[in-house]
Amino acid sequence: MAPTKGLEVNGLSVQFGGLKAVSNLSLAVQHGELIGLIGPNGAGKTTVFNALTGFCRPNSGTIIFDGHDITHKPPHFVAQFGVARTFQNIRLFKDLSVLDNLKIAYHQNFGYSILGGILRIPLYHQEEAKVIEESVRILDLVNLTEHRQVKAGNLAYGNQRKLEIARALVMKPKLLLLDEPAAGMNPFETRELVKLIREIQESFDLTVFLIEHDMSLVMNLCKRIYVLDYGLLIASGGVDEVRNDPRVIEAYLGEDAPWQS
Amino acid sequence: MLDLKGRKGKWNISVLILLGILYLVIHCMAASRILLPYHIQVLGLVCINIILVVSLNLINGFLGQLAIGHAGFLAIGAYLSAALTVFYGFPFLLAILISGIAAGLVGILIGVPALRLTGDYLAIATLGFGEIIRVIILNIPAVGGPRGFSGIPRLTNFGLTYLLAIITVFVVKNFIDSAHGRAVVSIREDEIAADSLGVNTTYYKVAAFAIGAFFAGTAGALFSHYMQYISPAPSQIGFLRSIEILIMVVLGGLGSLTGSVITAFALTLLPELLRGFAEYRMVIYPILLILMMLFRPSGLMAGNELSFEFLEKLFKRKPKSNAKGVSPGGAN
Amino acid sequence: MVWYTILIQQIINGLALGSVYALIALGYTMVYGIIKLINFAHGEIYMLGAYFGFFALTIFNLPLIPAMLISMLLAAIIGMGIERIAYRPLRNAPRIAALITAIGASLLIQSVAQLTFGASFRPFPQVIPFQRIQVGPIFLTNRQLIMFGVAILLMVLLHLIVHYTKIGKAMRAVSMDKEAALLMGIDVDKVISFTFAVGSALAAAGGILVGMYYNRIDPYMGIMPGLKAFVAAVLGGIGVIPGAVLGGFLMGTAENLVVAFGSSTYRDAVAFAVLILVLLLRPSGLLGKRQNEKV
Repeated sequence: MAPTKGLEVNGLSVQFGGLKAVSNLSLAVQHGELIGLIGPNGAGKTTVFNALTGFCRPNSGTIIFDGHDITHKPPHFVAQFGVARTFQNIRLFKDLSVLDNLKIAYHQNFGYSILGGILRIPLYHQEEAKVIEESVRILDLVNLTEHRQVKAGNLAYGNQRKLEIARALVMKPKLLLLDEPAAGMNPFETRELVKLIREIQESFDLTVFLIEHDMSLVMNLCKRIYVLDYGLLIASGGVDEVRNDPRVIEAYLGEDAPWQS
Repeated sequence: MLDLKGRKGKWNISVLILLGILYLVIHCMAASRILLPYHIQVLGLVCINIILVVSLNLINGFLGQLAIGHAGFLAIGAYLSAALTVFYGFPFLLAILISGIAAGLVGILIGVPALRLTGDYLAIATLGFGEIIRVIILNIPAVGGPRGFSGIPRLTNFGLTYLLAIITVFVVKNFIDSAHGRAVVSIREDEIAADSLGVNTTYYKVAAFAIGAFFAGTAGALFSHYMQYISPAPSQIGFLRSIEILIMVVLGGLGSLTGSVITAFALTLLPELLRGFAEYRMVIYPILLILMMLFRPSGLMAGNELSFEFLEKLFKRKPKSNAKGVSPGGAN
Repeated sequence: MVWYTILIQQIINGLALGSVYALIALGYTMVYGIIKLINFAHGEIYMLGAYFGFFALTIFNLPLIPAMLISMLLAAIIGMGIERIAYRPLRNAPRIAALITAIGASLLIQSVAQLTFGASFRPFPQVIPFQRIQVGPIFLTNRQLIMFGVAILLMVLLHLIVHYTKIGKAMRAVSMDKEAALLMGIDVDKVISFTFAVGSALAAAGGILVGMYYNRIDPYMGIMPGLKAFVAAVLGGIGVIPGAVLGGFLMGTAENLVVAFGSSTYRDAVAFAVLILVLLLRPSGLLGKRQNEKV
């Protein structure tokens, strides 16, 4: 098979004890797409992300990214292939400055060795200057430059979400997984976020795959949507197609129909 | 833009010059008998403790893993170097280097399995490894077994301890300020996030552990050739020693090298200066330890380093001393 | 003696000693199950228990059983005090802070004990005259039987408390899910206090039993048994009560066998070797369940 660009998941199953969190999931995301993953609470969405990024081991199935099999690879290995992610409950390095948060994400791009760093070889100085330049460039994009010396934990909530995305961008990823990026944001912040995601997707030539509860955001951004319920893929397709799918409506019965608001 | 380049390099050189002057001052004071040989002897122990405390702080403070078997690495260095110089006539500097490497290798050997554990388990496992090393030494008759290893030549002098202490601080400081050191700190802050950013957490845990072990090994080599005797007692190379180093790390501040140097200095001198202190220090230290964790968990220096920037900030802030809640920020 | 008589003899000695490890291990395991912290000071509570028993027996001339009960009560109060002062304020702090406090508490009790009781050992009063019992080629002592018997009795008592009382049920609920327990109206602070009290009382009983067994107590007697009991708890599966008992007996036996067939200098290394093997091969312990960190 010729190496395809993008993400290909085949027959993915993840089991925790007796509970099947994800069963037999297959999906494909083409390079440059902006795709949504939705589903009621507990449908297994975050588990899918965890399996994709190596944080939990799938019991069966394969995950191919850009032609590389990343199925059972550890998280740092997956990251090296250009898969970046954010977390539902924001995982910033809270006691470090905003700038240091970004510097850490630049990790894989450093060329000097441990010894080189200790001896402060010329490459050290070059690359340390470059990482600041790069970081500031990305901070400008998310309007956080003036906060660069602030502790990440002291940022306002919406800015923490943005910083987490910025941090992922520093890795120069090809695929960006966003786990509920708008959670806890007010409508104004959400609109800003939509703009930001569009902007970075274009300027960084990214594939974006996102989990979200805020349907206005999903409907606005994503061209295609996958719907998960009890670990099973129950629908996929364009926005209108999914919206009118009887299985999707049924899955959401009992919850607030997410697209009414 | 701010602090893009230059400043760090200048800082290193000016500090080195200051340290050189300090050495000359101590040397002159010793030559003119202001400082007696006894004082110099104690200062040497201060330097050895600085090596131990700074290297443990790398593991406890920067990596954020509570390893408490540091004396085990000291033991390896102390005994191995003594065996090398006494039995095989190795040159001392080579013996120090080999001791450090051996301790570092054992650190890797221990680190690979132990660092898979977290928090409490790691603490007990490292304590256990330290004790196993001690028990093994107790069972080697060639190095004196329970009686200890005596007749070690006095090859360590104050200058050597001073030099090695400086090297340790600089290596750890430069490591922390590099991409690799930041990876280590990111593990302390949030291991899962670090992992997701491509940091090979196992590699960096073991690397930090090995660097810490290496320096503890060299400290051991200096120690045994300074005291000319090494005993396998818990207070020398066992868990009591490990805990003592840990106390210095914590009181100085997890993640503050300046704090480590200050406490290594203060807590080595205090028992020598105050006669009654030695008796009560094991009551006072733990109380300080608990109070520190309850009220100022970040330690004396609160993760700050004594630097030109820090001093600047300190003095700039002074006029507005009423302004509360100014966060120091992570300007490093 | 033939090797198998030595083996049986050592297993019996091991079970007697192991019953005390089990008593101490129960305290570690209950506390760990409930607040996920190694109570490093637990070994020191065991030491204090031995001293309280000693003073009750010698200065106040109490009979054994009241002396033991008083010692258990005092130890329970101290255990609760440590939790209240040193651990509770740090319940939501980084783990390393709580661990360091625990080490501090342990050192503090040890040093204070050394200053007040003296650093040298004291002979424990011979409350029960020594008797040797012979069964075929095997020797037992009445002290071993008492040690074993009292330990088993206390374990049964603990089992009844944990399974059949209201506070016991609350303990189990808190160890399963602290937030949910809180929502169900359980006073979590009270339950944690109670857990420390029970664990400390068991350790104090262990201290007196060992004092009687070895005829001597000293301020450092808590260090090694404390560490070994901790290993026993890990071996059985930390947080699992039957696991602590199993681990305690296994540790006691293993230690005696190594001394009998190997060298006594390796006595204290056994515990750590066991610990490392368990952590490598089965970190969740013999009776524990595997758990992963949530992402």
